[in-house]
Amino acid sequence: MSKKIGDVILDVQHISLRFGGVKALTDISFNVREHEVRAIIGPNGAGKSSMLNCINGVYTPTEGSIMFRGQTFSHMNSRQVAEMGIARTFQNLALFKGMSVIDNIMTGRNLRIKSNLFLQALRVGPAQAEEERHREFVEHIIDFLEIQAHRKTPVGQLPYGLQKRVDLGRALAMEPQVLLLDEPMAGMNLEEKQDMSRFILDVNDEFGTTIVLIEHDMGVVMDISDRVVVLDYGKKIGDGTPDEVRNNEEVIQAYLGTSH
Amino acid sequence: MQTTFPRLLQKHATERPSAPALREKEYGIWQTTTWSALRQEVQSLACGLHQLGLQRGEHMVVIGSNRPRLYAAMLAAQSLGAIPVPLYQDAVAAECVFPLNNAEVRFAVVEDQEQVDKLLEIREQCPQLTHILFDDPRGLRKYDEPGLASLDEAVAAGEVFARQHPQFYDEQIESAKPEDVAAMFFTSGTTGNPKGVVHTHLSLLDRAEAGAIFDRLTSAEDVLAYLPPAWIGQNIFSYAQWLACGYVVNCPESSATVTIDLKEVGPTYYFAPPRVFEGLLTSVMIRMEDAGAFKRGLFHYFMRVARQYGPDRMDGKSIGAVASLLYQLGDWFVYGPLRNNLGFSRVRVAYTAGEAIGPDLFTFYRSIGVNLKQLYGSTETAVFVCLQPDHEARADTVGVPCKGVEIKVADNGEILVKSSGLLKEYYKNPAATAEVLTADGWYHTSDAGFLDSHGHLKIIDRVKDVGRIKGGANDGAMFAPKYVENKLKFFPHIKEAVAYGDGREKVCVMVNIDFDAVGNWAERRNLPYAGYPDLAGKPEVYALIQECVEKVNADLAEDKLLAGSQISRFLVLHKELDADDGELTRTNKVRRGFIAEKYQVLIDALYGGKSEQYIETQVKFEDGRTGSVSATLKIFDAKTFATVGKAA
Repeated sequence: MSKKIGDVILDVQHISLRFGGVKALTDISFNVREHEVRAIIGPNGAGKSSMLNCINGVYTPTEGSIMFRGQTFSHMNSRQVAEMGIARTFQNLALFKGMSVIDNIMTGRNLRIKSNLFLQALRVGPAQAEEERHREFVEHIIDFLEIQAHRKTPVGQLPYGLQKRVDLGRALAMEPQVLLLDEPMAGMNLEEKQDMSRFILDVNDEFGTTIVLIEHDMGVVMDISDRVVVLDYGKKIGDGTPDEVRNNEEVIQAYLGTSH
Repeated sequence: MQTTFPRLLQKHATERPSAPALREKEYGIWQTTTWSALRQEVQSLACGLHQLGLQRGEHMVVIGSNRPRLYAAMLAAQSLGAIPVPLYQDAVAAECVFPLNNAEVRFAVVEDQEQVDKLLEIREQCPQLTHILFDDPRGLRKYDEPGLASLDEAVAAGEVFARQHPQFYDEQIESAKPEDVAAMFFTSGTTGNPKGVVHTHLSLLDRAEAGAIFDRLTSAEDVLAYLPPAWIGQNIFSYAQWLACGYVVNCPESSATVTIDLKEVGPTYYFAPPRVFEGLLTSVMIRMEDAGAFKRGLFHYFMRVARQYGPDRMDGKSIGAVASLLYQLGDWFVYGPLRNNLGFSRVRVAYTAGEAIGPDLFTFYRSIGVNLKQLYGSTETAVFVCLQPDHEARADTVGVPCKGVEIKVADNGEILVKSSGLLKEYYKNPAATAEVLTADGWYHTSDAGFLDSHGHLKIIDRVKDVGRIKGGANDGAMFAPKYVENKLKFFPHIKEAVAYGDGREKVCVMVNIDFDAVGNWAERRNLPYAGYPDLAGKPEVYALIQECVEKVNADLAEDKLLAGSQISRFLVLHKELDADDGELTRTNKVRRGFIAEKYQVLIDALYGGKSEQYIETQVKFEDGRTGSVSATLKIFDAKTFATVGKAA
């Protein structure tokens, strides 16, 4: 069975982002189809993270709009985006270092917990049943990411590659439709990169989650993505399948280097 | 036991349907399968396998870690009269080719994607392999291979079949006889192809029962199944004895969580090779060094108490009122919490086997109140040959013959075994069978040893390695190189040792220091060193090793039979023996003959009475380049002792 790539789920239209005089992004348009793995690549400072932050609602684009599931929006805060079903991981791991792996992933369930703070604190009545339900979901993620041995370990004590996995786990706990990954392999060794690639493909495969990832490591990107957008100095210079991008002259010059 | 594995399942499911049979930790919770639920699953699976065409007498490979569903698959195959063949889950694909083809395997039940990939890789070499059934579907959705299906599908199809043919399963079980072949285990041959060891229901269950009687095992035991099921030890402990006794087998969540799961389960019956016990002890010691001064002091004080009185107490001897009180205090403050931390709080019987265990390690566990014992056996004997009774556990013997076992020592020192647990044959290998199983019913173990004055079996070495001293003061004395080497290796400072003496007038030894341990030791003494060869050549290090060698000699002198194996001269090698240089096998056993050739000048110097010798050796680096190391090695004489004891 090969996975079925569906219709456009996320459409980025003419996005520009300026910080004062600095043009971080200029007139960027691209779309993401349901169930695909979409990569955004580019050299340092190309505007990859800014792009992700626009989709994620952290930044409000100066111009342009984003359409998600047929709904167009230009002003959104990150909570609203999360409620719509877009989750993300962070390049520099915004985990709670002193909390256990379970608790960190449980925070990803936050939006789905219905009982009030008071009931949760006392863990009575419906709050208890609800917590058990969420805990069960979190356990499935722990099983999926193969981190059973570290369930109760404070995240700060784990090696970097495992922390990245916990970060992914927390995003998965939201049961997102679209998962934004900000440099998921940064700082990893080869084996960790291979593991992470496998998890990303498994998420895409098993849960049908659409994945948008920013990555530096060209090798990994070309291997796991269905389509790739290339940014350079805030502009889109390429868009297509890995092969198309690889053979795109402009991309080769800007990103892969050129022989003079 | 005149029964079969499936009939035992039937018995437990009828007599104690709601009692737990298996537990598996999944999603953070221990999930229980009762005997009746297990029977139901086995029935469905057996019907499913039958529909797929699994025949009576046919082999079915099972590859994976200890998962309840794989156990159910083995039972299902046995219910149909098929023969489960467990293979090691960490074997590489190429290693599976021989067993699959040798046993003409059409059916494989495997744990997950990793194993499926492995089998698909070798499919061309094993064209008869038509059915691959997997337990965990993770990552396998996209696979489209003929004959690849999930166990779920087989179970579902089997359920339908079982409803249509309600008598089928029971009839199948009834038509199997105890004398039928129940399982086959491939032994990892060091040379040539592995051999399939064929066991019947009778032989496996007879040994399972003998072991159970010996240690009074009941249905109340808890066992943690964490070693490979392809190894007969695990198979006996968590399969044969599980069904014979009806106790609970617990499957850990993953290989990484075993220590956590061990603590949670608190098994009452436990089994591990020495390296596992060593690993646990090391982790305790490291954590103890990080503890506060008060706790550390308390720990060391009470560990001294334990060393002094613990072993006697464990052997059931009286240790006096004061000592009892002290030990009790220690139990409250140290031993109890320690046992709890290791997961040994409820252990009634713990076994170690497979290789020699260091006396310090062995004594440590016994002194803190863990009833650690040794046993002797092999795949061919369905494990249980000798076992140590509760109060007679010693580090250097392997116990007394258990029920149904006859032991005889052949003229060449080889131990011969007769029991109803012996292998039926090596599969399709009558020549190999005839070599080990003679017409008079004795199984030749190829281990050399003897029964000591208390009737305990003592293993010395492999028969082919045991030699004789020739000439000199100890002319004609027995020389067991491995025995001497092991005694040396029990010292933490010695990593490897190679002993020579067969056909010579005295025993000489080459020693490899343990770089970490000796390096650490040197640092604590402010002894500077530049690297391995430098450290190995330090006079202080020689003195340290000499002390170890002489302790071994003193030990050997107490044993009349082996007193002649005392070490006369030794040297410390300037480089680590390495498998890349061909000096060790891939399983890290020393290749004595090869080393003797390679270091001929050193052997000549040892026996020629020289006090030092220059040597240059070729070494192979990891990237394939070669280089050479050279050093002038000193050779020391060691003190030997007059024989003080009689034959032990």
